[in-house]
Amino acid sequence: MSTRLYRRPLPPAELLIRGVHVLDPRTDLDEPRDILIRHGVVAELGAPGTLTAANGSEVLDGSGRHAFPGLVDPHVHLRTPGQEYKESIETGTAAAAAGGFCALIAMPNTAPVVDEAAVLTSLCDTARREAQVPVGFLAAITRGLGGQDLTEMAELRDAGALGFTDDGRPVASAGMLRKALQYQRLCGGVIGLHEEDPALSANGVMHEGTVSARLGLAGIPSISESTMIARDAAIAGYEDARVHFQHLSCVESVAALAAAKEAGARVSAEVCPHHLTLTHDAVRTLDSRFKMNPPLRGEADRRALVEGLRSGVIDCVATDHAPHARHEKEVPFEQAPMGTTGLETAFAALYTELVLPGELELGLLIERMTAGTGLYGLPTPRIAPGEPANIAVVDLGVRWEVGANGYASRSENCCFHGRTLHGRVVLTLADGGVAFRARVLAEAAAQARGAIA
Amino acid sequence: MSARHLISIEDLDRAGIERILDRAESFAEVSGREIKKVPALRGRTVVNLFYEASTRTSSSFELAAKRLSADVVSVRSAGSSVDKGESLKDTIQTMSAYDPAAIVIRSPYVGAARLVAGWCDAAVINAGDGKHEHPTQALLDVYTLRRALGTLDGANIWIVGDVLHSRVARSNILAFKRMGAEVTLTGPPTLIPRGIEALGCAVEPTIERLGEADVVYVLRMQHERMHESFIPSLREYAARYQITNARLTPRQLLMHPGPVNRGVELSADAIDSSQALIGEQVKAGVAVRMAVLYELLAGTPVLAAVA
Repeated sequence: MSTRLYRRPLPPAELLIRGVHVLDPRTDLDEPRDILIRHGVVAELGAPGTLTAANGSEVLDGSGRHAFPGLVDPHVHLRTPGQEYKESIETGTAAAAAGGFCALIAMPNTAPVVDEAAVLTSLCDTARREAQVPVGFLAAITRGLGGQDLTEMAELRDAGALGFTDDGRPVASAGMLRKALQYQRLCGGVIGLHEEDPALSANGVMHEGTVSARLGLAGIPSISESTMIARDAAIAGYEDARVHFQHLSCVESVAALAAAKEAGARVSAEVCPHHLTLTHDAVRTLDSRFKMNPPLRGEADRRALVEGLRSGVIDCVATDHAPHARHEKEVPFEQAPMGTTGLETAFAALYTELVLPGELELGLLIERMTAGTGLYGLPTPRIAPGEPANIAVVDLGVRWEVGANGYASRSENCCFHGRTLHGRVVLTLADGGVAFRARVLAEAAAQARGAIA
Repeated sequence: MSARHLISIEDLDRAGIERILDRAESFAEVSGREIKKVPALRGRTVVNLFYEASTRTSSSFELAAKRLSADVVSVRSAGSSVDKGESLKDTIQTMSAYDPAAIVIRSPYVGAARLVAGWCDAAVINAGDGKHEHPTQALLDVYTLRRALGTLDGANIWIVGDVLHSRVARSNILAFKRMGAEVTLTGPPTLIPRGIEALGCAVEPTIERLGEADVVYVLRMQHERMHESFIPSLREYAARYQITNARLTPRQLLMHPGPVNRGVELSADAIDSSQALIGEQVKAGVAVRMAVLYELLAGTPVLAAVA
């Protein structure tokens, strides 16, 4: 395991997956294969039916199923430390494993904020005990996310921080951000930016547009995000710094990002499944599951985000998995906290809403769902001999209702709750170990053992 | 939308609105009697839950329920368990123990009435939820206008002032449109919500063409908007948008949901003019709210028919 990723030790997998359709956009593989995994490493890929399992190792029938490189998520909220009633590293990583993810990057807006090495060190220890899939941590850019004073970024990097972000809040002061970007030359670490001009978003709770006008809800205009992306891309370009724009939500932001890339700035960006599949029309229900920041925007915005992801202007998918307890969300829309969970539904939602209708190719979706951690300097999962086993096995034919059997996450504030989605993860291998196994597989394995006995 | 509640004006089609107005006409007759009471809701309980200051809406709902012989419980947030941090859901569960036939709720939050409808068996009436809707205000305004004009069909109604923060504006735009009127909004551009035209109304930045209106519906201008920099000063607001007799033509009708800021959105002479229907609106409140309670709890379910 590379440094700066933390996990609970799992026994290395000894496994033969037979006749599974392997799709790895980075190796151009898109065919059925046997995958032999020995001691947690992909030992061999062979034509279907050609590989045999070592003695005592498990054999799994992959026919009719797909194997993708394990998905990665550069933006989750695991709520540890301090808000374990919403989620913990254990439950959050279990949700990730159930969604096919093999690596996560957690945000520092916890209680306390991850703004000191001591907090980060303790967090890494917790992850070593609890994390089902490897987790990396971003530390805060400013103390307490207050936007006033830089954290001890160099010490935080030494303590294991992958990078920095004040996510949940913007770095409102251009001068403050500039100092952080200058300091990056000393300490390294990509700086993630939640872009929002507080003077424009003010007390907004949803996208400013026809739906907010109808509902009487205070709006967050698109320009609140896009003007900050333009500003910060200019500062990053001036300082030759490396920044990553989090959760893009609108057409103006895609344009600002494209212009920044065109100008040669070292910038990257992510987009969330909910912004790619839903619009502010969903808020007409006033269901607080549809309240998130940035908000769901218009159909033109959604299309621009899909197109940005397709063209590569937007580099990757991130869930912004943001669990909240039921009592916090079961209140009027304006009072509810912002955020939706997303780890367990990300692939199925995007496959159902974008791939099946033909808006996006499956291979491209997998590429964008496995790119996020690489942007922060971590290795990108691949299905190739010699690589650690980071694999998601998915049954694309299965339809399932979100939430019908509960969630692995501690929270249930999922914006796809109640929807029928296509594509179910049946097995997740993360850094060489089995992190998740669907009940169908567990039953099949038990039957196989019974037959042998 | 649930059939047993009045959460939004969109719960009603034109026939549904007219049926409530017709019912209100007959209850207006009751209000003219010396004994202003009918036994329609005898033995049934109506809970009024007001989480926000209200004089005319809360008192008229209370009177309406009493004139229908219902048992009435009125709860205000100040001094109640809400003050002690009880959640809306827990308050509703507590109230549900009294088996109310109806819950009337006023809340500073959009969607509160709809949430309540999902948490209890009572019929829920929205008495104002944040800046979203105030459907009984819209019904009494339509009632008042129908009495004055005969019909709203083809009427040109201008709504003047702070549309952004007004639940009355939202419900009234929908109700006026449903009844066949044309609606134009005007007010300081900072107080006109972006995208409001999608409701089928026109927007004018000034009152220059106010003369085209048959009805001038003036919204309350709240003082705090000045501190929030939506307008530079009340003085400048009044100079540009205050409705005075000089800015009205004699044939135009003048309305306001109250309470009025004299000398801000309306001049004293306009308030007191014979064109003003402001007193009629207040009078209509009790009869219309009796009609809503009656239709939801005792009448043939007109709301169900259209929802």
